[in-house]
Amino acid sequence: MKASSARPLSPHLSIWRWGPHMLVSILHRITGAGLSIVGGLLLLWWLWALADGRDSYDYFTGWMMHWTGLILLVGLTWAFLQHLASGLRHLVMDTGAGFELKTNKFWSVVVSLLPLVLTGALWAYILFVRGYFA
Amino acid sequence: MKMETPLKQVRGLGSAHHGGGDWWAMRLNSVALLLLSVWLVVSLLRLPTVNYDTVSEWLRDPFAAVPLLLLIAVTFWHIKHGLKEIIDDYAHTESGKILWGTLLTLFVYAGGAFAMFCVLKVALRGGLA
Repeated sequence: MKASSARPLSPHLSIWRWGPHMLVSILHRITGAGLSIVGGLLLLWWLWALADGRDSYDYFTGWMMHWTGLILLVGLTWAFLQHLASGLRHLVMDTGAGFELKTNKFWSVVVSLLPLVLTGALWAYILFVRGYFA
Repeated sequence: MKMETPLKQVRGLGSAHHGGGDWWAMRLNSVALLLLSVWLVVSLLRLPTVNYDTVSEWLRDPFAAVPLLLLIAVTFWHIKHGLKEIIDDYAHTESGKILWGTLLTLFVYAGGAFAMFCVLKVALRGGLA
């Protein structure tokens, strides 16, 4: 397929008025790319550190306990929960359900807010109930 | 007279130039990844700490190591197909698609194999002493 053929491109970001449906769609892609690259590399670092031995593992956890590591982990938690929530929305919509305007808008708002709440709740639990990073 | 259905004319015109097989595989993979990633988060939260000794001991249990190996396979497959979708949308030349697709393939196979090796190293450590 030639890239230069005169097939029309579908209308892109610039012509749409922003709404919650558009937000969750673009968030799904951004969080997916971020989780793949940043989350993928972090997973590899964690497993390598564990396999390499105590010193490597302590070096890894030292970074994760540092405030930069904490911000990274909280960010990845949100990205994971956001991608999971919008992914579930996609699975539901794949069955043909939830395309009515009001229903779609409602669940788009839920899917963009709930991960923020869950991220806050999970990290409140880790920091204050479990007492990690204390 | 045309002897083909309208379906024939649109087949392969999506950005990946493939049929629905990839689409369905991604749905199955997503559900597997959902279950396995929630399992990992819950498992780690159930550990008393996440220090070297605790996590190493946890990974010596086959009921931890085997799901983690599955999680690695499913995750890197998900990364491969998820990022491929993005590449197909934004790389507008055939050479760009091939180049980025090749780099992606290298990353996921190397990363997946390396991650699995690390898990096995920890899981089997000291088992034959």
